[in-house]
Parts: sequence; C-alpha cells; structure tokens
Amino acid sequence: MARQGRGRDLIQIYETMLRIRLFEERVIRSYPGQEMKTPVHLCVGQEAVAAGVCRNLTDKDYVFTNHRCHGHCLAKGMSMSSILAELYGKRTGCCKGKSGSMHLSDPDRGILATSAIVGGNIPVAVGAALSLKFRKSRNIAVVFFGDGAVDEGAFYESLNFSALKKLPVLFVCENNFYATNSPQKARQPVDNIFKRGGIFGIKGFRCDGNDAVEVFDLSKGLIEKIRKGSGPYLMECRTYRWKGHVGPDCDFEKGCRPKYELDGWVRKCPVKRLEDKLSRKGLLTGSGAEKMRVKIEREISKAENFAKRSRFPNTGELYEDVYWKG
Amino acid sequence: MPWTEVAVERTISSRSPDKNAAGRVLSYRDALREALGQALKRDPGVFIMGEGVDDPAGVFGSTAGLREEFPSRVLDTPIAENGLTGFAVGAALAGMRPVLVHMRMDFLPLSFDQILNHAAKLCYMSGGRSHVPLVIRAVIGRGWGSAAQHSQSLQAMFMQMPGIKVVAPSSAYDAKGLLLSSIADGNPVIFIEHRWLYDVKGGVPKKEYLVPIGKGVVRRTGKDVTVVAVSLMVNEAVEAAKELKDGGIDIEIIDPRSLVPFDEKIVVDSVKKTGRLVIADMGWRSGGAAEIILGRIHDRIRRYLKADVQIVALPDTPTPASHRLEKAFYKNSGDIAKAARKAYGLRKK
Ligand SMILES: Cc1ncc(C[n+]2csc(CCOP(=O)(O)OP(=O)(O)O)c2C)c(N)n1
Repeated sequence: MARQGRGRDLIQIYETMLRIRLFEERVIRSYPGQEMKTPVHLCVGQEAVAAGVCRNLTDKDYVFTNHRCHGHCLAKGMSMSSILAELYGKRTGCCKGKSGSMHLSDPDRGILATSAIVGGNIPVAVGAALSLKFRKSRNIAVVFFGDGAVDEGAFYESLNFSALKKLPVLFVCENNFYATNSPQKARQPVDNIFKRGGIFGIKGFRCDGNDAVEVFDLSKGLIEKIRKGSGPYLMECRTYRWKGHVGPDCDFEKGCRPKYELDGWVRKCPVKRLEDKLSRKGLLTGSGAEKMRVKIEREISKAENFAKRSRFPNTGELYEDVYWKG
Repeated sequence: MPWTEVAVERTISSRSPDKNAAGRVLSYRDALREALGQALKRDPGVFIMGEGVDDPAGVFGSTAGLREEFPSRVLDTPIAENGLTGFAVGAALAGMRPVLVHMRMDFLPLSFDQILNHAAKLCYMSGGRSHVPLVIRAVIGRGWGSAAQHSQSLQAMFMQMPGIKVVAPSSAYDAKGLLLSSIADGNPVIFIEHRWLYDVKGGVPKKEYLVPIGKGVVRRTGKDVTVVAVSLMVNEAVEAAKELKDGGIDIEIIDPRSLVPFDEKIVVDSVKKTGRLVIADMGWRSGGAAEIILGRIHDRIRRYLKADVQIVALPDTPTPASHRLEKAFYKNSGDIAKAARKAYGLRKK
C-alpha cells in the first residue's frame, strides 16, 4: 500500500520533471524569435531537485527561489500560461509584466518572492518560516539557492538565526558547481556545503541531485521532521546545468567549461534516469511516457498561444503596484 | 610614487577632448582595458578583484586577457559583496590600490556597510592619517527585461556619502583617463559605466593620461539651453541636439564626467549664457542625481534663469520587465528634446 503510494509519487515526480524539461526546451526554441525580451536562466539538467522536493509540499508551504526559478515554480504548481505570459512581457503574466523571468511569483501557490540577488532569498525564507512559527502553522518554508549563494554572508546569518529559533525551514542548495562561469573550487576552499550548518547545530545531508528518488526520499524525511518542530535542515543536491548561465545556448564553446564535463552529466540525465527506473519497475510503459509527453506539449503550446495572444500592459500600468493599495 | 609621473591631461579646455585625441580610435571597453593593463604594469600595488573578472567574457570585455598577463593580481572572488569590499578597504589601507569590479550596480547595496561606514569614513575618522585608495567599478544599464534588480542607476546614493568620489565617463577618452585618475587617487571612487557605452568609440591616446576628477566638459556649444547630461545621457543629448537644431533651438551640452566633486562652474557659466537648464540622468527623479545637482547649483544660477529648470529622470517606480513598460519607463533623446523645448518656450514671470 505504502509502496503503491510511493509509486504514485514517483510517477508524479517524473511528470513534473518532464514538464520542466519540455517547458525549458520550448523556451530554448522560441527565444531566438526575440519575442521574450527578458534574460532566461534555464534549469535543464537540474529538474530532479525541484520536482523531488516540491512533491513533499502543499500549496500552503512556501517556496523561495532565485534567478533560475522556472523549474521550482512549475514544480510548486504554477500555471505555464502565467509563467510564459510573464516571459513575453504580457499583462496576463503572473506579475503583470513587471517581473520578467527572474522574479516569478505566485502567492496562491506559496511562491511569495523570487530574488535575482544572489543569496537574497535565503533570509527572506527564514523570515517566512518565522511567521509560520508565530502562527503555529505546520507548514514549512523551503528555499532553493545555488552554490554561489553559499558565498554570501546572508547564508550564514540565516543558518544561525533559523537554528536559534528552531524555524521550520529547509535549505536546499542546488550545487551545479558554477556561479555564472566561476567554478565552485575558485570560490570555496572545501567542497562541503552540506556541512556548513554544523557549527550552528544544523544537520546537513548531501545527495545526488540528478537522482529524483534520492532527492525525494531525503527531503521527505527532513520535511516531516521540520513539520514536527525539529528546526531547520540543510540539503546539498549535486547537479549540473546543461545550458550557459543565462540564455538558451550552451557555453563550453566559449571556454566557460569543458565539453567532457557536460557530456558526463548529460549521460546522467535526471529525466532519463527516472524514466528507466520507472519502466524497470513496471510503473511506466513506453507508450505511457509518450502519452504524457504529448499531453505536456499540448499544454505548453496552449500556454504559448495564450502568452503570444495576450495583450501588453498599457504604459499607464507602469505606475501601478508601486504601493500596495489593499 | 609611480603615479606622480603620469601627466594630467592639459588639452582639456572647454571643448570635448575626443576631437583633440584624433589618431587612434578605441572602444570604451578597450579604453578601460588598456587603462587597467597600464595601471597594473605601472604600479605593483594595483590589483583587480571581483566576481568573474577572469571570465572568458571579461566583464563586457573590459578585463579580457588581464588574468593571463597578471595572474596574481587579477582575482576571481566568491559572491560576497560586503566582505569583498571590506577586503578591498583593508588592502587599500595597508598600501595596495584595489580595483573592485561589479557587473551590475544593483549588487553594491550589499556592500553599503563597507562603503558607507568604512571606505567613506576612514580618512576622516583617522584625522587624515589613513586613507583608502579604492576604485569600485559599477556597471549600470538597462534593457531586455532586466527588471527591478538588474537595471538600477544608484549614483545618487553614493553622492550622499561624503568621503567618496563618484565619476561617470561617457566617452572612450574619459573612460581611460578617469579610470587612471581614479586608481591614482587616494580616495574611494565609485566608477560608473553604462553597458550601452562599451561599444562607443572615440579617440584615445596610447600613452597614460589622467583626466582630472571634478572637471566637466562642454560636449557641444550652443546658445539657447544648457543640457547637463550624465553618462549615457550625453549621447542621448547629442541626438536631441540634432533634432532640436531643425526646430531652431541650439543646446549646449555639459558632461560633468564626475558627480562628486562636481564642476559647478562649468554649468553656472553655461547657464549665465543660455538662461535655461535641463538636467538629464538615468536614476530616479526623487532625490536622484539630477535633483542633487540642481540643489548644488541653484543658488548660483537662479538669477540667470529665464525659465524653470527641467529634469529628465526616471519615474519613481521600480524598473518593469515587459518591453512595453520599459519603453515608457526609460528616457531618451526625445525626452531631452521635449524638456529643452519646454525650457525654451517657457518664460518665467
Ligand atoms: C548579490 C549578487 N551578486 C552577484 C550577482 C550576479 N550573479 C547572478 S547569478 C550569479 C551566480 C549564481 O550562482 P549560483 O548561486 O550557484 O546559482 P546558479 O546560477 O548556478 O544556479 C551571479 C554571481 C547577483 N545577481 N547578485
């Protein structure tokens, strides 16, 4: 019975990962058309982290993310139409054309804020967790950030305070080994992000971020404990982005990283990996996967049409929403 | 002192020096790169640090290749802005001349504590016994849906901090000369570059030269309206001048080049002649650089004014992402022309 439940979770996670992958691939194809006039930080290759963690969350749990936010937002249940319309700069976008790709949010889905300031989302997530604690809620806050954000002082300040106050927050570091084009080893003397909470009494765990099952199982355990009042945990998921830091192209041609490194990670494709696992277990058939793909592509096309056909904001809307009118 | 030999540019009269420097043409980015290379070579105390300064793209090309030439003095860094600024302040106090590079000015607020409470104050607090020869390069810019956290022109905030200097070159010639001056200066300097200027070309001598900090320049002489334009706005003003000329309005364009200290005299002299003033900046209207400039000179110009001063600055909203809204948000030559027409048409009672 429990097994069946887990099987269902894994199928759901697979579908979420596929949605993220196909969504990003559509952005890659459409972007050169220059209708999306906003920088895009794609998460192709990193889908397992968003999908695995968010499967354990409800709408009432909070998610905070960064510039590379498409995957987290989709995994937390945001509609593709509202995201794509935002990327196209339209009035129907989740943020009415004010945010572009780097600040997607949807309070109804618990995505309260997305910051493109590296590390900027971490203390904000801690504050949201504080609010949950004040309200004696059983919900939690999850914050996704990169290995680059771990360089910032705000990360350590957040670890300290959240441990001190035993706040319901899960820190999820997506270590893709690069910040823009600066490799982790050029910025950090020791490769031990998951241990950095130790001095504050926060237990940390490292997992294979390209193995959705591992991400799911680990985060499930931690999230359950956090809900029961354990205080914060830190997870380091080791993964890799296939595309350049920003934009739809790859970047090894420019000498930003070696091709063999990328090739190695492409062989560990998280989507393919889960698909193989599910089919070995007989949970997913080839035609089942194909059906899913067709359904998602249709959803993306619909979202794209919606985004393209939506109206732009009026110039007067520039002045709207600067202050909350309540 | 290695810097004492570098000559201060004396060809700068009231005219744009770009015309005098004919011969060799460089882009703004290459002028910056050349200045950095020459500074590194001249002074072993100079070093460059910042997030991605050794990146293959080389901060819009402005640091490209320097790591290869000076491997120990071009440092990639962790993403830790406040800490980094402190490291640079400490290095400067202890005898080095660091150049700290930020791909976008939006990240500077993370270092406000070190800039405001340390870099800007240490000379004063030590009674002049210590000083902080630090340059912070900050790129401003806009476009392509960069939105609210990746587009800001925060010069006004730094103009508010006594103890630091603020420069914003608009030409390739000034980029090189002011960067060398900033590095040679004994004070913290915020060096502002607009992304859209990197491709702008102009005459740039190969030799090292210092453009003095605190000296503005007349980019175009005219008799009807004075336009003080900051950074990229100089280029927009040049466009506006063409448009206005057809309508019979002759504007004089002043590029202050440095916002702190500010060359009040060059503006006052111009307004004496024209009686009309437009100030164009890329920051916000309220409390922005344009208002600060106006505040500084108003007492000295009010009796010459024949019309109300016009300010061209950004509306007081965060930057929107949507292309359609960006268009409404940003100001350009058309807005400067409109302001000049308004100033020209308005008679003060
Ligand atoms: C405070 C701040 N400093 C610098 C930047 C420029 N910047 C944007 S993304 C990035 C790298 C972030 O790396 P990481 O956190 O590992 O996330 P990834 O892009 O790898 O997903 C940098 C340095 C920024 N946005 N904010």
